[in-house]
Amino acid sequence: MSIRRIIPALAAVLALALVLAACGSDDNSSSSSAPSTSSSSAATGAAIKKDSANGKVTLTVGSKNFTEQKVLGEIYAQAFQAAGYNVKKALNLGDEQTALKALKGGQISGYPEYTGTALLSFLNVPAAKLPTDPGEAYDQVKAGMAKQGIEAFPPTPFTSSNEVGLLKKKADQLGVTKISDLKSKASSLTLYGSPECRTRRDCLLGLEQVYGLKFKKFVPVDIAQRHEVLTSGQADVSIVFTTDPQIKRNDEVLLQDDKNMFPPYNSTFLMKTSTAQKAGPDLPKVIAAVNKNLTADVMQELNARVDLDKDTPQQAAQAYLKQFKLISS
Amino acid sequence: MHATFAFLGELGDAIHFIFVKQTSRGGAEVGGTQLLPLLREHVLITVVAVAAASAIALPLGTWLGHTGRGSFLVISVTNAGRAVPSIGVVFLFFAALGAGFFNITLALVLLAIPPILLNAYTGVRGVDPDTVDAARGMGLTGTQILSRVELPLALPLIFGGVKTSTVNVLATATLGPAAGVVTLGDPIINPSSYGDAGRLGAAIVVAVLAVAAEVGLSAVQRALTPEGIKLAEAAPRQRGLRLAVPKRRIASAS
Amino acid sequence: MTLDSTLVLAQSEGGFFRNRASGVDKCVETNGFCPSWIVHHLDRYTTPFEQHLVLVVVSVGLGFLVAFALALLAHRRRWLVAPVTQITGILYTIPSLAAFFILLPITGRGRTTAIIALTAYTLLILFRNIVDGLDGVPAEARDAGRGMGLTERQLLWRVELPLALPAIMAGLRIAATTTVGLAALAFYAGAGGLGEPMEADKAFDSNVVAAGGLCVVMAVALDGLLLLTQRLLTPWTRARAA
Repeated sequence: MSIRRIIPALAAVLALALVLAACGSDDNSSSSSAPSTSSSSAATGAAIKKDSANGKVTLTVGSKNFTEQKVLGEIYAQAFQAAGYNVKKALNLGDEQTALKALKGGQISGYPEYTGTALLSFLNVPAAKLPTDPGEAYDQVKAGMAKQGIEAFPPTPFTSSNEVGLLKKKADQLGVTKISDLKSKASSLTLYGSPECRTRRDCLLGLEQVYGLKFKKFVPVDIAQRHEVLTSGQADVSIVFTTDPQIKRNDEVLLQDDKNMFPPYNSTFLMKTSTAQKAGPDLPKVIAAVNKNLTADVMQELNARVDLDKDTPQQAAQAYLKQFKLISS
Repeated sequence: MHATFAFLGELGDAIHFIFVKQTSRGGAEVGGTQLLPLLREHVLITVVAVAAASAIALPLGTWLGHTGRGSFLVISVTNAGRAVPSIGVVFLFFAALGAGFFNITLALVLLAIPPILLNAYTGVRGVDPDTVDAARGMGLTGTQILSRVELPLALPLIFGGVKTSTVNVLATATLGPAAGVVTLGDPIINPSSYGDAGRLGAAIVVAVLAVAAEVGLSAVQRALTPEGIKLAEAAPRQRGLRLAVPKRRIASAS
Repeated sequence: MTLDSTLVLAQSEGGFFRNRASGVDKCVETNGFCPSWIVHHLDRYTTPFEQHLVLVVVSVGLGFLVAFALALLAHRRRWLVAPVTQITGILYTIPSLAAFFILLPITGRGRTTAIIALTAYTLLILFRNIVDGLDGVPAEARDAGRGMGLTERQLLWRVELPLALPAIMAGLRIAATTTVGLAALAFYAGAGGLGEPMEADKAFDSNVVAAGGLCVVMAVALDGLLLLTQRLLTPWTRARAA
């Protein structure tokens, strides 16, 4: 009895060791190790140059809990690392309030936030005063967060807003192209959104207040399910993001925000002003270099790589940094 | 010192959350009586899952214990139940079947089966063979032995299995919100509307609920124990006797 | 979709944007169970596996130390058995997820919190089994030991504990396998582990099976290792079994 039990167990351990060894030695770009920081990036023409003086500064990069955030977090983390900083990661923190709390409490050094989210959740800007211009939105966020001792770095080109999405055939069937078209029809439609959607002004709460929509039913689902619920037919309407790759794949439409309920949502890296000062002059340069190529198309491609192709956020981030010659290949 | 005060402050907020309905940041009502629907869902899914699991595992376990066959099956199921992470089963059913009460209940049923099966088996199996022989000698048939002798004697252990399963499922039901079933785990898994006070408050409620279930069901288990067994169990420590009872501790789930 | 035209689009080399109209793995696209995908992507589970293993080994190890100390204390002071069993029983009953967040304000987010909660969970199983193991030592063996002139302490370490070893190891094996399952929740406390990749794409069958399967492999391997250790430490039981 004893021999019969030991041999399968040892075989399992041996098999596991072999498999891990085999896959660990796989030397294509799917390895989980971070890009080498010891190579001289100047020689290969990478934009981010390592400065060993930065090694004294430890930066903990955080992110919220959905794909785009994890990819952005990875991008900044790997970029900072390439610049020579000592980088730790605390990705997948939760929602924006959790992330801000971690930032203010010092558990993280910085994380990528959206201008619109900051305006609505942190600065409590009333709906009537929300800017529609991305530059204006950023300026307001920068000023507002500065009062809280937080620096908001210049934003990315892409904006990724909450959107009201439906399958194209459903939208055609209802004859809707704008959100206000839903006013008469909402009472027969089910809306699926994230659990906190009901209490957010850039989600159900705003739709109720600004557009006067009264849905038949609101069902909270995990953010990751936002497209699944449309394709499975459970949801008539779902709250999705502008840069979601599934929109094209599932043939979904995004209703036009004719009352400008949603502010711009460019990504701006938030960091305590004191941390930013200690990090030296390289930090803003690295962030700017990283942001330059984060257009909506590129962000959508990166999201697609993780959500559709099942790459890890780390792999997608590394691909982005190498593609745009920010780190050496 | 400052940290202690900070913690007490958070604890105070959490207790306040549990008992007093309040308005969250975004304007929703949370806490206090708003926790009741979460509690209801949590208890409901636990009860349904354990009941369904019992319907499957009790007949099977007691029959196997009575006939003495199938020990390999019982041991394998028990080991599998221990080795497979409960979060894995929940997410697997979520991945395969999608979100929803019914789908996740299926996952919980699977998780609830092993302790009930094991205890039903060992309970019936562990009945003193002399007692069974005596019963046979008295002319009782196999089924009569099972229903009149083995089951009553095994009842405490069998119920212990149901108790263990209940507490396990209760704990796993906390994960429900990650799979679309809004239980008491919601403030823990999706804290954004509830805040830190809500998260700690819900954690406390879940912990208290689990302990209450364990204590309550243990009392029922004791009530189900025939007087004779209670006396016999108390004896070994005092008189150094070993009866058929001790194997339980290691092999069974109680 | 708005593009801020004042910020210049850098030149993107061809080939960055993948063509998903063709050549897409149907199995992956439908979030199905794809064994070949699992085999090719096992490397992404390496770090979580290591984190998971550390959590389990440290928690069970710590739990064993504490339970062992408590059991030795209770061995001579029988009145301790009931209260310790009660307290460790409560720690055992409190769901780990709740425990993580009750500890959070005190110990913060991270590995420490997870280890404390996981260790607390193992105490009941280990304490009970060590005590039962020691209680199960036949009176004759103790008498023989005393007759040979052994002191109480020598009796404990040379007679009682070796004879209690099967029960102790059984407890360790149960503690190890159940802790592997629980550690899958540790990522909620910010401690990583195999639960993290599992949750990251919980709608993808292959991912859940891969991460969960690795948990099972770990549990089976640890169980086997402990069983092997037991056989090595108690050669006399092998003789009896044979």
